[in-house]
Amino acid sequence: MRVPLSWLSEHVAGDLPTPEETGDAFVRVGFEIEEVIEPPSITGPIVVGLVREIEELTGLKKPIRWCQVQVGPDQTNGIICGARNFAVGDLVVVSLPGAVLPGGFAISARKTYGHTSDGMIASSKELGIGADHAGILVLPPGTGEPGDDAMPLLGLDDTVLDINVNPDRGYCFSVRGLAREIATALGDDYTDPAARVPVTESLEAAWPVTLDDPGCLRFVARRVDGVDPAAPAPWWMQRRLLAAGMRPISLVVDVTNYVMLELGQPLHAYDAGKLKGDIVVRRAAKGEKLTTLDDAERSLDPDDLLISDDSGPIGLAGVMGGASTEISAGEGPIDVLIEAAHFEPAVIARAARRHKLPSEASKRFERTVDPQLPPVAAERAALLLVEHGGGTIAAGRTDAGAAPAIAPVRMPLDLPDRVAGVKYKPGATVTRLTQVGCTVELATGDDGRGGVVATPPSWRPDLLQPADLVEEVLRLEGFDVIPSVLPSAPSGHGLTPTQLRRRAVSRSLAENGYVEVLPFPFVDARTWDAFGLPADDVRRRTVRVLNPLDAERAELATTLLPGLLDMLARNRSRGLTDVALYTLGQVVLPHRNPVPMPEPGVDSRPTDAEIAQIEAALPAQPLHVGAVLAGAREARGWWGAGRAVSWADAVDAALLAGRAAGVELRVEKAELAPWHPGRCASLRVGDFPVGHAGELHPKVVEALGLPARTCAMEIDLDMLPLDESRPAPRISPYPPIAVDVALVAADDVPVATLADALVDGGGELLEDVRLFDVYAGEQVGEGKRSLAYTLRFRAPDRTLTHEEANAARDAAVAVAVDRHQAALRA
Amino acid sequence: MTESTDVMNPLHPDALAAAVTAARAAFDGAADLAALAEVKPAHLGDKAPLLLARRELGSLPGPERADAGKRVNAARQEAQEAFDARREVLAAERDARVLAEEAVDVTLPWDRTPRGARHPLTQISERIADVFVGMGWEVAEGPEVESSWLNFDALNFGKDHPARSMQDTFYLADLEGNDENLVLRTHTSPVQIRALLGRDLPVYVVCPGRTFRTDALDATHTPVFHQVEGIAIDKGLTMAHLKGTLDAFAAAMFGPESKIRLRPSYFPFTEPSAEPDVWFPEKKGGAGWVEWGGCGMVHPNVLRACGVDPEVYSGFAFGMGLERTLMFRNGIPDMRDMVEGDVRFSQSFGI
Repeated sequence: MRVPLSWLSEHVAGDLPTPEETGDAFVRVGFEIEEVIEPPSITGPIVVGLVREIEELTGLKKPIRWCQVQVGPDQTNGIICGARNFAVGDLVVVSLPGAVLPGGFAISARKTYGHTSDGMIASSKELGIGADHAGILVLPPGTGEPGDDAMPLLGLDDTVLDINVNPDRGYCFSVRGLAREIATALGDDYTDPAARVPVTESLEAAWPVTLDDPGCLRFVARRVDGVDPAAPAPWWMQRRLLAAGMRPISLVVDVTNYVMLELGQPLHAYDAGKLKGDIVVRRAAKGEKLTTLDDAERSLDPDDLLISDDSGPIGLAGVMGGASTEISAGEGPIDVLIEAAHFEPAVIARAARRHKLPSEASKRFERTVDPQLPPVAAERAALLLVEHGGGTIAAGRTDAGAAPAIAPVRMPLDLPDRVAGVKYKPGATVTRLTQVGCTVELATGDDGRGGVVATPPSWRPDLLQPADLVEEVLRLEGFDVIPSVLPSAPSGHGLTPTQLRRRAVSRSLAENGYVEVLPFPFVDARTWDAFGLPADDVRRRTVRVLNPLDAERAELATTLLPGLLDMLARNRSRGLTDVALYTLGQVVLPHRNPVPMPEPGVDSRPTDAEIAQIEAALPAQPLHVGAVLAGAREARGWWGAGRAVSWADAVDAALLAGRAAGVELRVEKAELAPWHPGRCASLRVGDFPVGHAGELHPKVVEALGLPARTCAMEIDLDMLPLDESRPAPRISPYPPIAVDVALVAADDVPVATLADALVDGGGELLEDVRLFDVYAGEQVGEGKRSLAYTLRFRAPDRTLTHEEANAARDAAVAVAVDRHQAALRA
Repeated sequence: MTESTDVMNPLHPDALAAAVTAARAAFDGAADLAALAEVKPAHLGDKAPLLLARRELGSLPGPERADAGKRVNAARQEAQEAFDARREVLAAERDARVLAEEAVDVTLPWDRTPRGARHPLTQISERIADVFVGMGWEVAEGPEVESSWLNFDALNFGKDHPARSMQDTFYLADLEGNDENLVLRTHTSPVQIRALLGRDLPVYVVCPGRTFRTDALDATHTPVFHQVEGIAIDKGLTMAHLKGTLDAFAAAMFGPESKIRLRPSYFPFTEPSAEPDVWFPEKKGGAGWVEWGGCGMVHPNVLRACGVDPEVYSGFAFGMGLERTLMFRNGIPDMRDMVEGDVRFSQSFGI
């Protein structure tokens, strides 16, 4: 909220310090200063002028006036002016020669259109107090005398603070609330602007009103008869509205806005002559429509709260009035009915959201307005209308409904001390609670300890429990008096095995040349087509974002690859050709038969069944690791040629990740989109697949505009068993015997499978099997290949003999021959 | 005893001296290690005069033998020393020449295998976790797709509380089209609730993680960002403990001279609520204060929703944005650098 300091200081006993110090004081008690708006930089002389004569100059390209303007008791200057929105007898603002307006605009006497213009008649934009440049600024009659210094008169010397008000402090969307806070922060006395408005008892009603819905708790109406709607609001009121960021419009509108800014109570003014019958506050019926003041026709929702009369809806309660009862300036004196109501905050909040109409009124109502304000604010508005627009206040006042009761809050006297960890001086609690407006009584609790019973003021519906009172005491005493004490947590257990594993996997990939990226989880559904996923592929079953930032990326990723490939493409587009990326992140996999999400209360812990149901209703979100790479895996250089990335690098990355997680993954041939059907491996723990790796399908590469032969891997880390008690190996100090064997087998027998057979047959003496050559050609025959392995044998307790090693080799080969029809190559 | 009539008795001092002189001459004459090895047998080998002389010793009577033995040994040692000295000189010459020939330009690059890197957000998140683990805290985690009960209700956001719309939430539809109750978590605070529901008291945990709000990406906003939150619930915890914890946290992140001040603020899940500012000497543009997240004493309503008795237990919570922390700690001017995935960015932060 924007508020001029002069307005605040009206309600604070002492003088306000400098704008910066005032801002700091606000910050100390919990308000953020968005901006300190300094007064426009103007140097005088700038005075009030009275237009005495106007001569229209003719024969020029545009109409120009030669005006005689009285700028002092005995001084009249001739001034040239291009604006036409003023008449003889109007009060205007004149910048005399020597004045400098904002932007360094220096005024001097100058010859123009055949006259010497001795000054300038200024617009509000030229004076730096508004955007209105349609014409010059015409002051309301009586604003001042010709020659009066216009600077203080216009409030041109006033600094404005733009203060951010937290949602729990609705009462501070007003000068009334902010002045209370700054007075307390500065230790000054405060006078409540609401307290000076005389509200007399009235048994008569101003207008018949029926409250048909609990969404409206109180409705006060006051009538002023015979108001001149064309009368302007006084300058001081216009100036304050301008400073608060509102545009002066007409006396009636300006008065309702002014009272809202001053007290915090939104008001609405009806042309009573246009009202038809009783006012009824009720919910909308299906299909009802209302044209609001902004001339938009709105279809109403049955949840909307309406102000209505015999003609139907005349206002969207607490949000915006209707056009049919709007006050227009053209007619003669009118009767004005002022509405000051109190609504249920949630009802107004929902309506404002539903109709996308966040108005000054709804902003206040949804943060709760003081329910004792309606009669006060209506009276204040009525008095201002009469003062500046004439007419008389009609005898009656309608006051339907009632302000909700406020419950006292009991609190141990030392609770603020115990929460803050501070020993406050005696009486601090009572003083501070009194300053925020509570009625405070001391009481002895059941346990014999001192306590306070605080009845919060009507404008503080947020003070519901002891913690709320504690906050008031602590913030007003100042957070700077709270000492710094490090608590001693009990001894913890360190990182969990899962957390350690996540770090190990990340580090391992980084140390092997992969760069970590953190892609967004939002995916374009068309990606699944580009991936070539079958229609029933589980990865197409996604959780959808209902309000995505980018409508084309509305699905949550079921795999890390789309995000990684996006980033690969971005790096390529920036000229980085050899790119290897990885990421660790949750993917979102909806359950096939989701259970409904429960909505437990908040008064106590949810039941174990409810907690379990929340977990069951959430989609599965396993932690995956993925990597993509393209270009060269090893660069070319002075040592020779480079090496392009291949499917094997992707498989290796998966194995690296598995190894870092403490698992030796098994590689098996697989076929799965988006991988190349002949170059895709599944990674397994035992027989259980945990991920895939290999080269991407050329069609996928083409569809996504990726570099040729892009490779990728992804595994589900949560599927890997956590094994913290892996058995230690027995390390034999005896020498090994290495034996090479070459086996000829059908070329569809995987290398790993044949190796498994050798391991199974080799027995305990076989320490290691390593493939060192693959050969296919005439010598081994069509459809076959020769696989050469080195078998390393070693005994745990002795030096192995060649006979033993050869026997073990024969046993290994025998299993391979038997299982896979392999032949020992001569 | 027979007196030899040979030209010279090999044990004679003159003969020994001559053999040594010959050996020295031969060794010194060798031009390189190979030549030295070639002449070595003639002077220090089995057939060399000095070795042959030793064999003669057996024929001498006792006293003479001892005397002659000393002479032979001395002569042989002298020849050996001449050899060793020469070998040392030649070896040094060889080393100097060969190693010079083998010299390379060590500035030749060996960037054959690519350089990897971890994202600085990962690094700072681990750093923070380690700071708190060092204080005895534990690290907790939770899902990114979260129930609105955990993300809002349990944290004292009323159904129509303006703070709910302030949060700019991504709402989700599951396969059945259900909505409202499934959200992308707007903060890591639901992990605090999970910690209170799932752990025995007292609880001291930090929760780093990824969070989501509907802010369009620009230099200072990103819809996907990271937070770290902490919660401590114990008997007798005060706001002074909150301040002490934040001071220790700030010292670990920004140096021992850094300090924290608290400004009153508002969050639904804390009462009192505060915004911490951190002061540190290395701040870009000079030592000064920077806004650093939010904090406060955990609201009794939150404790009640988790089944914790606020009459017995109290505690504090705090939360910071990691992107923002990284930006003002490391002087990163634009948040987009952190999300675009350009490898040059992460590479500059190493592993």
